[in-house]
Formats: sequence, C-alpha cells, structure tokens
Amino acid sequence: MGVIWDYLGNSAHWSGPEGVPARVLEHLEYTFLALAFVCLIALPLGLFVGHTGRGSVAIAGSANALRALPDFGLLVYVVLLISGRLPASLAYLLPSILVLVILGIPAVLSATYAGIQAVDPAARDAAKGMGMTGSQVLWRVEVPNAMPLILSGVRSSMLQIVATATIAAYVSLGGLGRFILDGQSQRDYSQMAAGAVLVGVLAIVLDLLVAGIQRLVVSPGVTGRFRTAGPRRRPVLISSSQEGSVVPTT
Amino acid sequence: MIKFDSVVKRYPDGTTAVDGLDLVAPSGQITVLVGPSGCGKTTSLRMVNRMVEPTSGTVWLDDRNTASVPAAQLRRGIGYVIQQAGLFPHRTIADNIATVPLLLGWDKRKARQRSMELMERVGLPTELAGRYPAQLSGGQQQRVGVARALAADPPVMLMDEPFSAVDPVVRAELQNEFLRLQSELDKTILFVTHDIDEAVKLGDEVGVMRVGGKLAQLATPAELLAAPVDDFVAGFVGRDRGYRSLGFRAAGDLPLVKEPTVPLGADQAEAAREARDGWVLAVDGDGRPQGWVDVRQLRRGATVEPELLHRGGTVAKEDDSLRAALDAALSAPSGRGVIADGEGRLLGTITAREVVERIDAQRNTDEAREPEPAARGRE
Amino acid sequence: MITYLQDHFQQTVERFYTHAWLAVLPLVIGLVLAIPLGWLASRYRRVYPGVINLAGLLYTLPSVALFVIMPSIIHTKILSPINVVVALTIYTVALMVRVIADALLSVPADVRSAAVAMGFTGLGRFLRVDLPIAVPVIVAGARVAAASNVGLVSVGALIGVNQLGSLFTEGFTLDVGSIVLLGILLCVLLALILDTTIVLTGRRLTTWQRAVS
Repeated sequence: MGVIWDYLGNSAHWSGPEGVPARVLEHLEYTFLALAFVCLIALPLGLFVGHTGRGSVAIAGSANALRALPDFGLLVYVVLLISGRLPASLAYLLPSILVLVILGIPAVLSATYAGIQAVDPAARDAAKGMGMTGSQVLWRVEVPNAMPLILSGVRSSMLQIVATATIAAYVSLGGLGRFILDGQSQRDYSQMAAGAVLVGVLAIVLDLLVAGIQRLVVSPGVTGRFRTAGPRRRPVLISSSQEGSVVPTT
Repeated sequence: MIKFDSVVKRYPDGTTAVDGLDLVAPSGQITVLVGPSGCGKTTSLRMVNRMVEPTSGTVWLDDRNTASVPAAQLRRGIGYVIQQAGLFPHRTIADNIATVPLLLGWDKRKARQRSMELMERVGLPTELAGRYPAQLSGGQQQRVGVARALAADPPVMLMDEPFSAVDPVVRAELQNEFLRLQSELDKTILFVTHDIDEAVKLGDEVGVMRVGGKLAQLATPAELLAAPVDDFVAGFVGRDRGYRSLGFRAAGDLPLVKEPTVPLGADQAEAAREARDGWVLAVDGDGRPQGWVDVRQLRRGATVEPELLHRGGTVAKEDDSLRAALDAALSAPSGRGVIADGEGRLLGTITAREVVERIDAQRNTDEAREPEPAARGRE
Repeated sequence: MITYLQDHFQQTVERFYTHAWLAVLPLVIGLVLAIPLGWLASRYRRVYPGVINLAGLLYTLPSVALFVIMPSIIHTKILSPINVVVALTIYTVALMVRVIADALLSVPADVRSAAVAMGFTGLGRFLRVDLPIAVPVIVAGARVAAASNVGLVSVGALIGVNQLGSLFTEGFTLDVGSIVLLGILLCVLLALILDTTIVLTGRRLTTWQRAVS
C-alpha cells in the first residue's frame, strides 16, 4: 500500500507543468468547461421541454439510446475523426471536450425535464390562476421546486465528466489521467496509483461542493430538511448515461 | 357580479363541456354550482378567470368583458382556491399568502403585514408563518389557500371544491369559518362542489347543472329543496328534502314550557323532587343546560355529577330553525327538547308534537309567502 | 471494417465473450450482494444513512481510479481482469444498494400488513411479497448498471485487459477509425443484448403486472 505514497511524497512531483497542481488545474478546467457547455445546452432545453411538454418523447428516447454507447470508444472515435482537420493546439482538446459535452448532456437534460414534470400540478395550476405569467410560473414556482432533481443531474453529469476526462489522457489530453497513463508506460505503479488517488479525491471534493450548493440553494420546504425523524430520501434519477448516472444523496 | 352570457365550451374532439350557460352570480353573495361529474361546473368556474377559454359567449365581471383584459392581469384581481390548495412547497406560509400582493408590486413589509393579518382572519396561529406547507395539516393548508386568495382583497373569489379534500369534521369547521368570513367580507363568490349538502349549507343561490353542461335550476336553497324543477334535480337534491327544508324556516316564538332544573352537585332527593317523568335537567351556575339526569338511576345519597349526565339531547337556540328545534325534541332522552338563548342559558323546553303543530300552522299560513331565512344552519 | 472483421474474426469473438463475462459477472455478483445490504438498509432506519452514504462515496469514484488501485488492495497483477471484476462489482453494489433499499421501502405498507396477516413471515414474505413488488424498480436500476458496466469494461483496455476496448486502443494506435467504430457497434450490441435480457427477466418475474395491463 505504501507504494501509493511514493510518488506523491516526492516534492519534485508537485511543481512544474507536469506537477500535481498543474494537472489538477488542467483537469478542473476541462471539467468546468465541459460542464458549462452541458448546462448551457441542456438546462434551457430541459426547462423548455418540461414546461411546455413538447418533445418529451424525443428526450426520453435519446437519453435511453445514449446509455448504450461506450464513453471510451466514442472519445477515441471522435478524436480520430476530427483531430486531423484541426490546428495542432486544438487537435485533441476540441474533440475531447466535444465528447465530454455530448456524454454529459443526457444526465442534466433528463433530470431537468423530470424535475419540472414532478412539480405538484396543483401548485402550477394555482400559480397560473393567481395571475402569474408563463415565465413567472416557470421561474418562481417550477424551477425552485425542481432544484433537487436538476442539481442531482448536474452532479451526475459532473462526475461522469471527471471520469471521462481522466480517460481522455489516452487521446493526449492533460489532467490527472496523465499520471495514470504515463505511469503505465513508464512502468511506474506509484505514479499510476497517485493519479488514481488524486482523481478519486477530486471527484469526492467536487461532489461535496455540489452537495453544499444544494443545501444552500434548495428551499427547506422542498427537501424536507426541517423534519427530524428518520432518513430523508430525496428523489433519485435512474437515468440514461453511464458512469455516475445515479447520484447518491449526502 | 359575475355574468355568464350564452357561454359555450366545446372541445376539439366534439365533447361539449358547457352548453349555453346563462347565469348571474350577484355581487356580495355566494353562488354555488353543483352537479354530478361531467356537468361542466368546474369548467364554467375556470372560464371566469380564463384558465379555460370559452368557445363562444361572454363572461362579464361587473361591466367588464373578461376577454378584454390580459389574462394574467385579470387573474390577479380574482381570488382562486382549488381543491388541493396548490400551495408552493418551496415558500413559507407567509410568503405563500403574500404571493399576489407581491405580484402586484406591493411593498414587502406591507405584504408581510397583510399575510399576518390574514392568518389571523382565517384562524391560523401566527407561529405557523415561517413554516412550510409540508409541515401543516390538510385543514391548515386549505386555510392558507383561502388566505392566499384573499390577500390582495379581490372583490371576486372562485372556489373549486376547496373543502372536499379534508375529513368531514374538518370540513364542517372550514365551512362554518368560511361563512363567518363571508359575513365580514361580502365578496362575490362562485363556488363549485359536488356535494349537495355543502351547496345548500353555503349558497345564497344554488345552480344545479346536469351532465352536458346545462343549467337545470338556479334557486335559493329553500326553493330548491321545496320545489325542484324536474326529476333530475329532485334526484340530485336527494332524500329528506322535507326535513332538510326545515332548516330554512325560523322557529319563531315556540310555545316553551318552563322546565324545572337542578344545579350540578344537587342531591338525589332534590333531583327526585324536581323530576318530571323520571328526568330532570341539570344546569350550571349560569343556568346553562349541561345534560339530563335519569332519577331512577340515581342512588339514594348520591349527588348529581357530570359523569352521570345523559348528554344525548341537542340544544337549539331561540333564533334557530324549526329543524334544530325538532331535532332537540327528538334527541332528548326525556322527550323534551331544550331551547336556550343566545348565551346558552335555558329558556324552556318543547315536545316534538308541539314543534310539528307549529310546522303545520306555518305551512297553512304561508302558502303564498316566501319562506323566511333562519339563522344559517350550523348542523 | 468488414475486412478487419474477416481477418480477425476469432480474436474479435473472443474479445466479445471476454467483455460479456467481465460485464455480467460483476452485475450478478453485485446484485446478489446488494439485495441483503439493501434489505438491511430498508429495514433498519439507523443503518440506512451510513450504508447509502458509503455507497454514494464509492459510486463517486471514477472507475478507472478503482481499476488502478485494486492491485494494491487485493494484491493482483495490474493486468489481471480480476481488477476489473472486483471494481465493477463494487460499482454495481454501490449503485444497486440504494435502488434496492428505496424499492423495498416503497412497498405499500398496507400490502405488507396484508401479507403478515395472511401468515407470511420473514424470508418467505420477503421473497414472495416485497421482492416481487420491488422488481420493476430493481430492473430499471439493473439496466443502468448493465449499460454502465459494458462501457466501463472497455476502459480496462487502458490497463491492458483484452476485450472490446482493445479495439479502441488498436484503432487509435493504427489511426483506423473503422476499427474503433466496430468496437463501438459491438459494445452497443452487447449492451442491447443485456438490456433485453434484463427486461425479459423482469417481465417473467412480474407476470402479475402484465395480467393487470
């Protein structure tokens, strides 16, 4: 077991463009970049489909279909397809981010859609009947009540992106996967293990971060956090995407 | 006033939910729409605030055509209460109530004040203001729903089976409180229910609708019970019509008999002395009837204690209806119905036969006269 | 792609079977382990948060990290497929424990009381009343787990395990997209086969639901 700490214990590995902090930063950059695009695309789409009810069949269908695709394979394939036509600096970054975004969308999309749909229809009716316009109903009633599911989708998606970004080191991306892959080619198990541990810790930290945001942002009336009795089971989405699709609650 | 002018609602698949409705719900009154499932009562209600758009015809609010005002604006001036309350789970009770005032742009503090005011008005303890709907009981949630509808003080209220989702005891409480509120506020209310008893209890006027969206009869509850216009209405209004219609006739000055009483704690000898036909009425220090004592069950040397009281008989007030008086007489174990004044103090008793004589006498003298509304029955 | 398949048919078939085993074995073992754990969590409220949080933690970890760490924990060689099996079993258990716990908790209380009143006790009741009612939800979770596993097994190519994922690495090193595409298609095929099997098994176990609809 001790061999895991050999690599991390060496201070030389903590500086420079290939050092731990640099790689962690790279990994975070990829993750947030991809997540930003995922939210930019999937949130409005999910809100629209949930609020208006149009296109729900297409969503459910595509979410299920994407579930069967292997992340790794898709990553490699798109890179092979596109990287040749891109300038060197973007050659591997763009297709990788593209795949990260594609794989991250289903979780947020179906969670957002489901969250909006799950809002109490009586509350929706009352809101409209009291004189709220369509967008007021969406933003003042539907979204706040859909937050737990929406955030669980974002959490799911984020974890999946972190995991796939790790694998993306295979197609020449930076990030924490580099330690794993370089460690393998250099037959340095300690380096591989270091990469694995770092990725694990990063995933957990980011997960806790979103959980914290959830606690801050979601109204207690929705989570039931005022109750003291027993475990509070929040809705869990069995969704389409692969790694990290069902999000546990804290 | 709400006026339906030949309002029709027909759906694309051909079903007619409302078929040429002509109805006026007068200002300051409660008009109840009642009928079986599929009669179009809820659809009609929802056409007033345009949650459903009429296929043809016009709905007027006083002198304004509802179609001429933007829907959201229209709705902010109408109170809307629905069966499941539809409270916002993510907002506190106080914030729920303040929804429409805030939509209208009220100052936040003023809106909050109004919330508190209304909570008291509808009988909710103000400690609940910071709670969330999930923490409240069904009855409490319904009260919040009503408070929320009243918040911006709309002249008109639409209520769609607001009391149907709670148990009968809570429902009766809510109905009584609602009547009390309306006596203070005088709003124009259109109320929908499938329960004829609720309709008769709450409505100043009741509109019975039949399946297919047609209005069968619009009348006061007393008229409806006394003179249903056809078999459908008669069947819908149900049995015991004669008995129930007594609820709308004042008892007037019933010929009461002075009733001997004993105070609580009296001894057996005194009870035996005052009793008539084996029963004596026990009262408290203020002369309020507490219950009947069966002197044959009282042991020598025992005293009149609360546990020994027979509480079967109901007590009718002096301004109650004939129905209440008759019920008091029928339910009293002694056969003598207890009548009390406004403060609950004993006035006297009356037998069932005397009440029926009074009923007959009234029937004979007012063939042509409109029945007088009694103090609204709290049954 | 067709020529590749023709030239490497035997190898591809072997890889397909290996992949299938590596995906199915953890699924089955994981289910078997998750059922008692899930039942424990549903039955004893105090245990529920702990179990669920631990499961959540394990599920948060990226699978490739688990693949890499496994050898140091269970002392296998890095290349060994056992790493993949153990890691994916942990994954499956982490996912299914919560699904099963929640599914069991969602059995309506009156159904349970009726069963007890009819004389079903303990294990018998669990197997014949609770579990069958919980089956649809469990099936949904199993489908997700199966699809996940198929995808995750392919990542095993990074640590040298020979299965369909190897088509990805080969295709990448040779810069031949069609080989990668073949790998993707075969993975999808496998995922569909597993998905259908699970759905059909679920149907078999819930004949009562079909009788109603």
